[in-house]
Amino acid sequence: MLTTKSGAEIEVMHRANTLVLQILRELRERAAPGVTTGDLDDYAHDRLRQEKVRSAFLGYRGYPKVLCTSVNDQVVHGIPSRQKVLRSGDVLGLDFGVVVDGFFGDAAMTFAIGPVSPEAERLLQVTERALRAGIAAMLPGNRVSDVSRAVQTTVEVEGFSVVRDFVGHGIGTAMHEDPPVPNYVAGGNDPRLVAGMVLAIEPMVNVGRAEVKVASDGWTASTRDGSLSAHFERSVAVTAAGPRVLGEEVAVPART
Amino acid sequence: MAKEEAIQIEATVVEPLPNAMFRVELENKHKVLAHISGKMRKNFIRILPGDKVLVELSPYDVTRGRIVYRYK
Repeated sequence: MLTTKSGAEIEVMHRANTLVLQILRELRERAAPGVTTGDLDDYAHDRLRQEKVRSAFLGYRGYPKVLCTSVNDQVVHGIPSRQKVLRSGDVLGLDFGVVVDGFFGDAAMTFAIGPVSPEAERLLQVTERALRAGIAAMLPGNRVSDVSRAVQTTVEVEGFSVVRDFVGHGIGTAMHEDPPVPNYVAGGNDPRLVAGMVLAIEPMVNVGRAEVKVASDGWTASTRDGSLSAHFERSVAVTAAGPRVLGEEVAVPART
Repeated sequence: MAKEEAIQIEATVVEPLPNAMFRVELENKHKVLAHISGKMRKNFIRILPGDKVLVELSPYDVTRGRIVYRYK
């Protein structure tokens, strides 16, 4: 069932996502060779305690941490560990979520630790571009498949592949709400977007093939062919004036 | 956090059960409990034993599914 959020509720979600993006930026500054993914999770967890805000991930269907840390060929849902030491050349994906006043914030970013190959750089740029293309398609009257198509074409024209096993999703008082937002044009229900809907758009892109396998920990998803993968995510509200990326401040044009 | 997509699998209807539920046998020989989707009900599409159908399985419970399409 599709829900829409009121203006006030969207403001709460904007606050939630502002915090998510703030903490992600802080984590990105702290991610360096020698730092472990467990250290990053500890930092994020401490920040949540400081802000007195609940984690959206900890305990969600048994997830053990507040942060997802996915390195190189890991696509999503990598579990932070003190054994996993980051090295120069690694591509690190962070996914983070919080709950503020009952509303969820969910965002993700992928970036390089130190210098990486030109192909890895290209993967990061293309994946972020795919996210922005998907966001640009979130206009009232468009369908979910328009968003999916925007992501898919941006990715596939570069020769990369779109992960199919995981999808974006509605978000609000629950982390995962209807509708599912695939990153490729899939069959099945294809609802229209309406002002007030809030969707988490999250393109997951592999350099090689799209197929993904899940590890025995039940969470960590990796590319089957071992190729690099990147993931970006934003929670975005559909408004009559266009998509509003929650957590990002819109630059107000100066009046002259 | 990304959401797992539901898996769609072809299956054959084995037997009808009460309340528009069916026991279906998946391509991998597993038998699951499936119900008929609302869209099919709305369009009065009948399902009989022996029909080949498309079943959507939830990633959270692979023993239950939803019949979303009946093949000709």
